[in-house]
Amino acid sequence: MKRSETKDLSGPWDVLVLGGGNAGLCAAITARQSGASVLVLECAPRDFRGGNSRHTRNLRYVHPRADRIMTGPYLEDEFWEDLRRVTAGKTNEALARLTIRSSADFGDWMPRYGVRFQPPLEGTLHLGRTNAFFLGGGKALVNAYYRAAEALGARVAYEAEVTDLEVHNGELSAALVSWCGATQRVRARAVVAASGGFEANIPWLKESWGEVAENFIIRGTPYNQGRVLRALLNRGAKQVGDPRQCHAVAVDARAPKFDGGIVTRVDAVPFGIVVNQKGERFYDEGEDFWPKRYAIWGRLIAEQPGQIGHAIIDSKPLGRFMPTVFPPVVAGSIRELAVALGLNPDSVEGTVKKFNASVRPGKFDPSSLDDCRTEGLTPPKSHWAVALDRPPFYAYSLRPGITFTYLGVGVDERARVLMADGSPSANLFAAGEIMAGNIFGQGYLAGFGMTIGTVFGRIAGREAAMLAARRPVAVSEVASDGVH
Amino acid sequence: MASTELVKEAERLMGICNACRYCEGHCAVFPAMEMRLTFPAEDLRYLANLCHGCGSCFHHCQYAPPHEFNVNVPRVFDALRRETYARHVWPGFLAPLFERNGLATGLITAVACIVFVFAGTALIGPPALRAHPGPGAFYAVVPHRLMVVLFGLAFAYALFALAMACRRFWRESGEPGHRLSATVHNHATWDSASLRYLDGGGDGCTYPSETPSMSRRWYHHFTFYGFLLCFAATCVAALFDWLGHPAPYPWWSAPVVLGSAGGVGLTVGTIGLLALKTRSDRVPFPRTSMDVSFLLMLLLTAVTGFLVLFFRTTAAMGILLLIHLGVVMGLFLTLPYGKFIHGFFRYAALARYAIERAKRHPETRNEVI
Repeated sequence: MKRSETKDLSGPWDVLVLGGGNAGLCAAITARQSGASVLVLECAPRDFRGGNSRHTRNLRYVHPRADRIMTGPYLEDEFWEDLRRVTAGKTNEALARLTIRSSADFGDWMPRYGVRFQPPLEGTLHLGRTNAFFLGGGKALVNAYYRAAEALGARVAYEAEVTDLEVHNGELSAALVSWCGATQRVRARAVVAASGGFEANIPWLKESWGEVAENFIIRGTPYNQGRVLRALLNRGAKQVGDPRQCHAVAVDARAPKFDGGIVTRVDAVPFGIVVNQKGERFYDEGEDFWPKRYAIWGRLIAEQPGQIGHAIIDSKPLGRFMPTVFPPVVAGSIRELAVALGLNPDSVEGTVKKFNASVRPGKFDPSSLDDCRTEGLTPPKSHWAVALDRPPFYAYSLRPGITFTYLGVGVDERARVLMADGSPSANLFAAGEIMAGNIFGQGYLAGFGMTIGTVFGRIAGREAAMLAARRPVAVSEVASDGVH
Repeated sequence: MASTELVKEAERLMGICNACRYCEGHCAVFPAMEMRLTFPAEDLRYLANLCHGCGSCFHHCQYAPPHEFNVNVPRVFDALRRETYARHVWPGFLAPLFERNGLATGLITAVACIVFVFAGTALIGPPALRAHPGPGAFYAVVPHRLMVVLFGLAFAYALFALAMACRRFWRESGEPGHRLSATVHNHATWDSASLRYLDGGGDGCTYPSETPSMSRRWYHHFTFYGFLLCFAATCVAALFDWLGHPAPYPWWSAPVVLGSAGGVGLTVGTIGLLALKTRSDRVPFPRTSMDVSFLLMLLLTAVTGFLVLFFRTTAAMGILLLIHLGVVMGLFLTLPYGKFIHGFFRYAALARYAIERAKRHPETRNEVI
């Protein structure tokens, strides 16, 4: 029987990759090219493989000039400035600059493994200079990388769940893996942890957020349970990133609990007002453009009673924002709309009246921070404030949609996992969301998660393969297992 | 699925796709979708006929089954295309021919063959079953004038029925108020002749399975251009005959060279497409008797044509010619009532797409601000 068909995963493998998303696959491809034997453990079934990479659509990389897909140059200094700004300086500059510099060859490297790019998607033209969009989106990228990895001879096991790691003094000897109804002890010379964050693990989210986490919608894969992250932290890896932090955007309250992806986002906020369960406004809807607005509204709603908000618009802006997947609630008057939303009609009507009365005349221009604002209103709406006066009225109920978590393990510039005392692990590497907290202390930069995954996936794969080549078999392996 | 349910399902899918848009680089369907916020039935039928069924949007979809959104655009559009053909067929009472297309095509062709063989042998008698060397041999079996009248009428009928169906489709799902300029025709002709949108946006369709491949595009080119060459061979032969040179022609003559090249194209193309079909992923690509029967008809036409060519100096020629003519008659009569119609509706949809693209003002884009 071919090795790829056996039910035995025990190894020892040169490189064991935990997690088959973008970072894990980049690691597997790179390690396999260095001649290492590679096993990728993917905990999702094949149809849902790829973690949150399957929901992505672009990544950001340094490029010196405009080309077929990007409209202008994007150099290291500007890239770094962008990152410094969104993270408010909460980043590791050495790792960040390494990531930015190492991204320069993406335009050559990724297509070699079947990834195709296209000009920016309709509705995302503001990213056209800095980000390269995947033809067909993230699942097309994931499919291409799986094909490439398997063609190179990497083995992939689906529905393989890592339950624990055997780590002694910062050295991993084996992973315990539940696969095909049995638990196997999978041995490896080097391990790349690329298993994402813990955003789908509601009980874990509750540790930081309390019961309100029950009302969070998880935009991505339900398979990011954070088991490997937990095991690494339990076994002495250094923790980075705020466990309370997560990237959250406003999504349609009717979105599925998991895996709703991009289509559940609602971007009606700047065109109207947002009220909470009490029918009151709670934040400046016209503060800023996407992506800043996009990045704060999830958190704002998470802080409201019942973790729900309701965006209300009139019929003027219809068609000016990206279409939504679920139809809005429609009513002929604000009162009826409030009733349909289960809100107090007097309260909502009062809020709208007050808002309408405070709107100052101006020239409405959604493409700039225009002069349409409110006066004497708390909180104000500082741009795009136009009276809600043309029925019918529309509403979208919104919930916090969690994209990813920031908590992770520390790494060095060779992608080696750092132990709590700051020393690097002997044979543990990490790539992707599980170590992105080193670079994203807070905030987010569109497409940079995939950049980190690709850069550190390749570094981890290369370093792991080099290490495995130097380490025939760990002494403890032979002693404990005898002959294979 | 009933027509209304099918339209509803297509509308549901476009609602999801229009909020996602990851697939817009694959083909013309998604850019056309992005020009709309609502999806009335006639626009859904236009989009369905613009779809080449390449499968990329299915294999690259984060919402494809088993995801609960169950987004399967190629499958739903395939069904909606078939509904559109039946909806606009002329005359309308023949719509059921699309339902059991394999059976209908097979029966019509079988009857045509039987009629030709029996009429040929009964009416003409022994000459039909003798070897006929030299010029005019075919016409000893079926008189030239009879052949021209029969096939001329059948082909004219097919063209007329197809034109009527196209007209009905254009009135409902096209741009009936718009003048079809030369530019529009140029776009539609080039896009259909090159199968521009049967490449998944670069690497090929995810057909028959997830790995992108150009094989289907190539086999379709073999089939389509094979068909055109065979048609050209027939026209040239008719011209030769009119100029006083009756068939059969030597192997190096224009009709035989064109016909042989076309026959090879048809044979290679249809066998290739059938082979891909047997291996195709059944979730996005439903296997319909309509696709198979049309491919088999083309293959049968090519094979019987070659048999006539190879055995034209033997006693088998007469019977082989009668069978070939029966097959061609079956093909002609079923052209408006089977897969052949897809080319015409696709052309119309591509023409509408060319019009829409030209009309589109950049300010109608909805951008995230």
